[in-house]
Amino acid sequence: MLNRTADSVARATPEPLARKVRGISDKGLAWLFISPTILLLLAINIFPLFWAIYLSFTNFRANRPNEVVKNLGFANYQRILTDQDIWIAMQTTAHFVFWTILLQTVIGFTLAWLIDRKFRGHAFWTTIILVPMMLSPAVVGNFWRFLYEPQIGLFAYAISFVTGIPPTNIQMLSNVELAPWSIIIVDTWMWTPYVMLICLAGLRSIPEYIYEAAEVDRASNWRQFWSITLPMALPFIMLAVLFRGIENFKMFDMVNLLTGGGPGSTTEVASITLKRQAFESWRTGYSSAFAIILFVAVFGLANIYVKALNKVKQR
Amino acid sequence: MKSTLKLALGLASAITASTAVSNVAHAEDLTLCWAAWDPANALVELSKDFTKETGIGMKFEFVPWTNYADRFLNELNSHGKLCDLIIGDSQWIGGAAENGHYVKLNDFFDKEKISMDDFVPATVVGYSEWPKNSPNYWALPAMGDVVGWTYRKDWFSKPELQKEFKEKYGWDLGPPSTFDQLKQIAEFFQKREIDGKTVYGASIYTERGSEGITMGAMDVLYSFGFQYENPKKPYEMDGFVNSEKSVKGLEFYKALYDCCTPPGASNSYMGEGVDAFKSGQVAMHMNFAFTWPGLQKDENVGGDKIGYFVNPKGPDGDQFAQLGGQGISVVSYSDKQESALKYIKWFANKDVQAKWWSLGGYSCLNAVVKDPKFPASQPYAQTFLDSMAIVKDFWAEPSYAPLLQASQKRFHDYVVAGQGSAKDALDGLVKDWTQVFQDDGKM
Repeated sequence: MLNRTADSVARATPEPLARKVRGISDKGLAWLFISPTILLLLAINIFPLFWAIYLSFTNFRANRPNEVVKNLGFANYQRILTDQDIWIAMQTTAHFVFWTILLQTVIGFTLAWLIDRKFRGHAFWTTIILVPMMLSPAVVGNFWRFLYEPQIGLFAYAISFVTGIPPTNIQMLSNVELAPWSIIIVDTWMWTPYVMLICLAGLRSIPEYIYEAAEVDRASNWRQFWSITLPMALPFIMLAVLFRGIENFKMFDMVNLLTGGGPGSTTEVASITLKRQAFESWRTGYSSAFAIILFVAVFGLANIYVKALNKVKQR
Repeated sequence: MKSTLKLALGLASAITASTAVSNVAHAEDLTLCWAAWDPANALVELSKDFTKETGIGMKFEFVPWTNYADRFLNELNSHGKLCDLIIGDSQWIGGAAENGHYVKLNDFFDKEKISMDDFVPATVVGYSEWPKNSPNYWALPAMGDVVGWTYRKDWFSKPELQKEFKEKYGWDLGPPSTFDQLKQIAEFFQKREIDGKTVYGASIYTERGSEGITMGAMDVLYSFGFQYENPKKPYEMDGFVNSEKSVKGLEFYKALYDCCTPPGASNSYMGEGVDAFKSGQVAMHMNFAFTWPGLQKDENVGGDKIGYFVNPKGPDGDQFAQLGGQGISVVSYSDKQESALKYIKWFANKDVQAKWWSLGGYSCLNAVVKDPKFPASQPYAQTFLDSMAIVKDFWAEPSYAPLLQASQKRFHDYVVAGQGSAKDALDGLVKDWTQVFQDDGKM
């Protein structure tokens, strides 16, 4: 039926065009179909990347388009790698990535494990847990900024209720020690459900017969968890860590909304520094070099991690 | 058939004609870009007269202060045609002039007999000239503004507080004339119970993201002896920016932040300051003068309850205030420069300037501010005049943005985050600013 339709379409097609279409090989046709996508990809992904690489070797500033662009060689890279403030921003980023991943993985896996027990009302609780992840970061940032307000915020009152410390002394966003934790708490609140979902998929993929065999062998619950659940869910956990690690390395919106990098530069992560250099100080060449360094760092670390992930999967 | 054809032709011509008319009308519309704040609303009201007089429609593009610079500098840098007229911040003048974003207005001023001598001198230097103190004009002074203070006159006049204050500090509670006095008042009110509510000493600028903490700290630093550079050798900053007097000034600002601001006020700028004052949280409030008309009208804290004072003196009697405000410029990428210049000519008119002041804008025209009736025209008018007489402005260099970012970081790191000493912060600032000028090839 399909062939007959194709034949009738071919017959109806004017001869020269039909000949042309027929003259294209399968490979040619494939290229014809994917070429718009490739062109789009080149225009919006690949070209800007190479343009940024080019700019990173220059003194170009976007706010001075008429100025002569000089080639600086590796001077921008050298300046970034010897700039103490940049290293502090990288340390701050590493601190955020470490704690958010640790907390999100532990809590996310625990929640997934509990949900997987399929207790009464588990579907309802799953939906409730997923709500923060579905909100926009702008909403979450502003919402938590009000919660953290020391004079009217509920967070300060809740902590005050438990600890007896006056709420006005609980200044989550103004205090140098507390400000980084205020962001870690919000990011964990928002993205733990995401980790939970991935872990839940992992737990649900473990065949039931393995547990039945373990029951036959009289393996304890702890033994089953340690020898079956955790190893078999590990690739999924590692995948969640990879996704969250890459995302949190680029963390910008939450920090920008909650603290703007402050107090001082306490929560100034790499992406905030990059934005300040690129769009506030207008050091386009310098910030391009910084962006390339960040890209190489994330790409390199992610590659090493993916190799480790593949090894775990093969076990 | 014929009648149907006629009807169709008639409709078609009507549509074509109406489109043409609407195109003509739109072609004359001017777009004015500015920050979204109270004076912008006053300007919308004022500009209706311009449309009445000339038939040129006015459209407005207002952006919140936090995005104001990002949005419009992007627009100018990309040679965008969105804005025909722009009221750009005073620090932009250098960059906008050197990069060709603004139309130079000298010939136009000469032709229309608009003299810069008719405007308050500080506003001409601050908003119009580049290079500074040279007769090259890129804007007409549009909105005079300066940092000053408001205070709770009703609290200050409570007899029991006056008595307690006099016993404690030995002088009458009233608007402070020195920074020491200001701090004493702030300490006195900090965490005091007034009308059953805990109140605090002062709201000051601490914002990190744009320019807040710099505008606030500079207000104090100038009066303590800070100078941007060696008056005899441009760009020589060591010993001036980080002089002993500057260090004392920055230490004072930190002490004021630590002792006397409301909890959580670590990122406060204009909006947060107004909120703190309006909600009855603070006894004193540092802010640009543009906020005063709104506060004066406020039912809870305005009227007889509010007072105004000029930025106080430093330890050696020096007294300066941070200049705010902006000039109005014609964007060089606009296709409607002629109409835009008409607007500037209209805006420079004395009657328009007088109405501008009455609507809540701050005129910079001598004929308005030097009118004998001016000081009594509003409760804050005299304070505004006194403040405008002592202004200083931040670097207006083409590289003002990285210069500002550096001071934002150094000041916030020290004042709010408590990292290092005031000397470290100012030494670091000299280092950062030197780097910026070296990058520019000026050192």
